[in-house]
Amino acid sequence: MNMQTGMKLSVAETALCEAYDHALGELPGDGAVLAARDVLISDFKEAGLPTRRVEAWHYTDLRALLRAVPAFDPAASAARIGPLVEGSTVLSVVNGVADARGAVEGVTLRTFANALADGTAADGLVARDGDDTIGRINGAFVRDGFVLDFPAGTELEAPVEIQTIQNAGQVHTRFPATFGANVKATVIERHVAAGDNAAFVTTISDISLADGAEVTWVIFQGQGAADTHLGQIRITLGTDAKLRLYVINAGGKLVRQEIHAVVAGEGSDLILRGINLLGGETHTDVTFTVGHDVPNTTSTEVIRNVIFDRARGVFQGQIRVAPDAQKTDAKMSCNTLLLSDEADFSAKPELEIFADDVQCGHGATVIDIDHTQLFYLMARGIPENKARAMLVNAFVAEIVEELEDEPLVEALEGVIADWLDKHA
Amino acid sequence: MLEIKNLHARIAEDGTEIIRGLNLSVKAGEVAAIMGPNGSGKSTLSYILSGREDYEVTEGDILYDGESILELDPAERAAKGIFLAFQYPVEIPGVATMQFLKVAMNEQRKARGEAELTTPDFMRRVKEAAAELKIAPEMLRRPLNVGFSGGEKKRAEILQMSLLEPKLCILDETDSGLDIDALKIVADGVNALRSPDRAVVVITHYQRLLDYIVPDTVHVLYKGQVIKSGDKTLAHELEANGYADIIGAAA
Repeated sequence: MNMQTGMKLSVAETALCEAYDHALGELPGDGAVLAARDVLISDFKEAGLPTRRVEAWHYTDLRALLRAVPAFDPAASAARIGPLVEGSTVLSVVNGVADARGAVEGVTLRTFANALADGTAADGLVARDGDDTIGRINGAFVRDGFVLDFPAGTELEAPVEIQTIQNAGQVHTRFPATFGANVKATVIERHVAAGDNAAFVTTISDISLADGAEVTWVIFQGQGAADTHLGQIRITLGTDAKLRLYVINAGGKLVRQEIHAVVAGEGSDLILRGINLLGGETHTDVTFTVGHDVPNTTSTEVIRNVIFDRARGVFQGQIRVAPDAQKTDAKMSCNTLLLSDEADFSAKPELEIFADDVQCGHGATVIDIDHTQLFYLMARGIPENKARAMLVNAFVAEIVEELEDEPLVEALEGVIADWLDKHA
Repeated sequence: MLEIKNLHARIAEDGTEIIRGLNLSVKAGEVAAIMGPNGSGKSTLSYILSGREDYEVTEGDILYDGESILELDPAERAAKGIFLAFQYPVEIPGVATMQFLKVAMNEQRKARGEAELTTPDFMRRVKEAAAELKIAPEMLRRPLNVGFSGGEKKRAEILQMSLLEPKLCILDETDSGLDIDALKIVADGVNALRSPDRAVVVITHYQRLLDYIVPDTVHVLYKGQVIKSGDKTLAHELEANGYADIIGAAA
């Protein structure tokens, strides 16, 4: 797509192009990696940032919303933090650089910088399609991350927490994770700001589950009030594989989380649960696509949004069912608790169904606090502000509890309660 | 303890007047029954006493311990000791029953300037009160009122009442939907709370509940007014003859 021919580059576009020229000497990679980066940045220069005229970005006009991009700031102070769930094995990336001492028993691990240096990561540095702005920017600039390989049959007791902590500047990370047959594991991917300076973060997780693997992957995004976070999760599911993906947004000024799943093995099950806690003057977009390519697969998607102040939220959900993917069962719902007259949420469901024997559905609701429930809590002596916070919390707690993993549920309920304490 | 003077109230949304010059006084230690046909304003009265925003008081006053409560919100009234056992207890998915009980008890204590309960003390109180009401521990592990049967919901209301130790208990049609065994358990729970410094207002359509919670006074509500008051024999009279005679005599 060549949207920008003849158009002047925006401030952010110029900053990204200049940053590439400056950073190139320091970015890891062999010749193949460098060639891949060059292709991506030149495609980016040509297409520019997407505007609302690009269908996939219709509700998030990135060119208008992304006003500036900070320069790289390797000296910004930040430090690793304790895990969200006690007892987790922590792999940390601080200001964009992976801590090479990280290790997880039973898992083959290396830094993404190493995979760039020896060229093994070059094949992954491609855009998904012509509108894949996140793929382009991240691929051009990616500097570090972790490559995780869970050998077949591995069963991890404790969660693995991948944490990226940054304070300022630009951070571009990748986390390719391969789960062998029958692996059982929980991974928490946690992005948090160490300070209030504006940071520009892109990250891509490439998750692939072999036959019979059962994985819970939780993304917690708690960036600072001035930060831009562009995330992408690429998923492939094998036969009888089951992935529970939780995406929780509780921070950032401009956020886009893309989830692209291919359900490629019969009997596989994808469970997506999204929680968007939005406040202030922020913009948060969750864009999801799933392709059911083979018969007898299921997917359910439940998105819960809580919106205060002048925050804006977007959910785009696309379910595609291939012609021979009979008996697909796919259900999507998006429920929004709108707590301010100036808040805004756009939901766009899309079903593309080419098979005739399937069950697919979608629904979207927008509600306010239930006044009968509020009265009931207050009639028991709970003051109004506290009663409201309990009801907002209840709206999202319902889907957190589905995890049925007590320490994880408690940890997530804790971060949700913290956010609500600050915003409600 | 409770004095309602010439109360007029209407539905806030459409202005329909429901309570039309109601007078009632309930003393500490008294159990007062309010009876009346459907649509007489019984449930509305219970909501107005507990401060529901959907109703507007246009005239008159409600005094509780000698002070007007009209300006207080439901939480402030509850902290002062007013408790409404709902006719239809509200289901709240996502709020755990135990968490709700703990927050309610501690918020009321905070409002009264008392120390919060320790967790072991709280657990002990809930366990004891639940056992009295034959409430299974599994029920307390569910979200608030979610998946409770009609009888379980009513018992959960009485559990809350006994834990919160209010001074003025208002029971709105607590007997509806209860079989005789559940009715006895609920009535025992209420009777256990009877004391010289506590008043109970029992709102009911039928006399049946009053066999188990024997009232000191009975008041007949019709078209938003108390049209007749008497002792417990009035309830039996109503059961035998229906409301028509009294309404006819008052008209």
